[in-house]
Amino acid sequence: MKIIVCIKQVPDTKGGVKFNPDGTLDRGAMLTIMNPDDKAGLEAALRIKDETGAEVTVITMGLPKAEDVLREAMAMGADKGILVTDRVLGGADTWATSTTLAGAIRNLEYDLIITGRQAIDGDTAQVGPQISEHLNIPVISYAEDIKVEGNSVIVKRQYEDRYHMVKAQMPCLITALAELNEPRYMTPGGIFDACDAEITVWGRANLVDVDDANLGLKGSPTKIAKASDKVRKGSGEKVTLDPAEAVDYIVGKLKDKHVI
Amino acid sequence: MGLEQYKGVYVFAQQVDNELSGIAFELLGKAKDLAKDLNTDVTAILIGYQVKNLADELAAYGADKVIVVDDPELKEYRTEPYTHAMASVINEYKPDIVLVGATAIGRDLGPRVSARVATGLTADCTVLEIGDFPINPIPNQEQKHNQLLMTRPAFGGNTIATIACPDNRPQMATVRPGVMQKIDRIDGAKAEVIEFNPGFTPDNKYVEILEVVKSVKDTVDIMDAKILVSGGRGVGSAENFKILQDLADVLGGTVSCSRAVVDSGWMERDYQVGQTGKTVRPNLYFAIGISGAIQHVAGMEESDIIIAINKDADAPIFDVADYGIVGDLNKIVPALTAALKNEIANK
Repeated sequence: MKIIVCIKQVPDTKGGVKFNPDGTLDRGAMLTIMNPDDKAGLEAALRIKDETGAEVTVITMGLPKAEDVLREAMAMGADKGILVTDRVLGGADTWATSTTLAGAIRNLEYDLIITGRQAIDGDTAQVGPQISEHLNIPVISYAEDIKVEGNSVIVKRQYEDRYHMVKAQMPCLITALAELNEPRYMTPGGIFDACDAEITVWGRANLVDVDDANLGLKGSPTKIAKASDKVRKGSGEKVTLDPAEAVDYIVGKLKDKHVI
Repeated sequence: MGLEQYKGVYVFAQQVDNELSGIAFELLGKAKDLAKDLNTDVTAILIGYQVKNLADELAAYGADKVIVVDDPELKEYRTEPYTHAMASVINEYKPDIVLVGATAIGRDLGPRVSARVATGLTADCTVLEIGDFPINPIPNQEQKHNQLLMTRPAFGGNTIATIACPDNRPQMATVRPGVMQKIDRIDGAKAEVIEFNPGFTPDNKYVEILEVVKSVKDTVDIMDAKILVSGGRGVGSAENFKILQDLADVLGGTVSCSRAVVDSGWMERDYQVGQTGKTVRPNLYFAIGISGAIQHVAGMEESDIIIAINKDADAPIFDVADYGIVGDLNKIVPALTAALKNEIANK
C-alpha cells in the first residue's frame, strides 16, 4: 500500500505570535512548524504503515527552505520526501496550489492521499478537497478516525452535531483533523537518517497535465485587493480593584448599559 | 461566454434532516444586500431529498427564487452527489455570485464545486460588499466594477485581506455562521420554485455511509446566546466552572469557553469560542480567566460589551475588553453572582 501525505510549513501562530513595535505581525521572528492538521495526517499514515508496512511519501509545495518540514516528517518515519518548488508557482491561491500538487501527485502511485483539514496560516480547508477533484477521486473531509479494510477506508467524518461512518474505495483522499491523534516525536535515529536522506526536488517541468495558465499568481482566480493588519476596536477601561469594589464596578456598568 | 452573462446572487441553502440550517437564512440576508447593489435577485439552491416544502421558509427570509434539486441520492450529505448538484445548477443557471456557509458541509462542498467549475473560492469571509477591482485605478489595468469584494481574516486572525475574483465566474465565498444578519421574517412570502434534476449515477466517488451518529446531548447553541459567560484556563478546573454557571443562571446567559478548556477536557467542543470554535456576537460577553489569545479574540470581538476578569494585568484580553478588571476570579465571580441576585430580587 502506498500513502501520500501533503504537508505544509507554516508560521507558528499559536501562542508564539510576535508583533513589531507598530503592531504589525513580525513574521521573521516567528518560528515555522509543520501544520498541526497535517502532522495528524502524517501520524495517521505512519500508524497505517506500522500495521501494514505501507510506504509513506510526504510532499510539500513551498520555498526551498520547506525542505526542513520534509526532513522532520522523515525523522518521524516517512519513507520519501518530495519538495515542489519553482519561481513560477509563487503567489498561488488554493486553486493554483491544488492544481500544482495534483500535477505532482500524477507522477506517483498511491492508494491513499492524506492532507490536513486546513493550514493555520490560511485556514481555508480548500486544498485537500480541490486536489481530490483534480485527480477525480473521492474525498472524505474532517476525519476523526481512519481504518483501512482491504481496498476500502472507513472514516469517522465529523460534523457539528453528528458524525458519519463513511466507507470509500481507494484510491481516495482524506483530510485529517488535529484531534485525530497525538503525533509521535522524531526518534534520534530518525533524525540522524533524515539529515542524510535524499529529498526529491521537482519544478514546473515535473508537473503532469497542468496548463501554465493555472499556475502561480497568474493562474490564481482569486486576487488580493488589499491586505492589512487587523484594526481592533481597542481597549476600554482597565481597573485593579479588590473583590467588593470590583463587584460594585461591574454591577454599575451593567446598570449603565441596561443589562439589568 | 462573457462574464457579464453571469447574473444573480445564489445561496446554498443548507439543510440537514430536512431542517434548514441557520446559516441559510444569514446568507440570504447578505445576498439581499448584494443583490440590491447589483440590481438583481436572490436565488436559494436547495439540495436534498423530499425538501421542496422548505422553499416557503427560504422565501420568508429573502429568496426570490428557489432551485430545488431533489433526489434519493441526496438524502444525507455526501460530497460527490452534492457537488454534482451544485456544479450542475451553476453550469445551467450561470450565477454571478454563489455563497456557501463555512460549515462542516460547506467547507467540503465549496472547494470541490469551485474546482469543478474552475473558479476561485474565498474561505470564511466576514465582510462581503460590491465594489471595484482594483480598488483604486492602476494605469494600464482595467478597473472592473460591480465585483464581489470578500474580506477575511488570515494568519490566525492577525491580518485581514480583501479578495476579488475578477476573471472567473461565479465569484464564490464561504461565510462563517454567526457573522451575517438574517432579515426579519416576511410572513407569507412566496418564491418562484424551479425543480431541477441533473441525474445522479453512482460511481466510485459516491461514498457509502455506514452509520449516522447524532450527538444526543441537548446542547444550547452558544451562537444564539445573548449573554455568554466564558471561561478559560484560569478557571482552574472543570468543577470550578460551577461559579460561571451560577453567574450565567442569574443573568439568563450561557456558559462558553476557550480552546484551552476544551483541550483540558473540562468542556465539550460545542461550547468553544474562537477561530477553531464558534464565532459569537452576544450583547454581553464575560471573559473570565481567559488570556485572550488572538484565536479566541477572533471569535468574540464583535460582542457588544466585553467584560474581562483576569489576575494577569498584561493579559491581551484587556486589549479588547470594554471593562477590564484585574483581580481574582474566584472571589469576584461568586460575589458578583450574589450581588446580581440581590439587584434582580429588589427590582
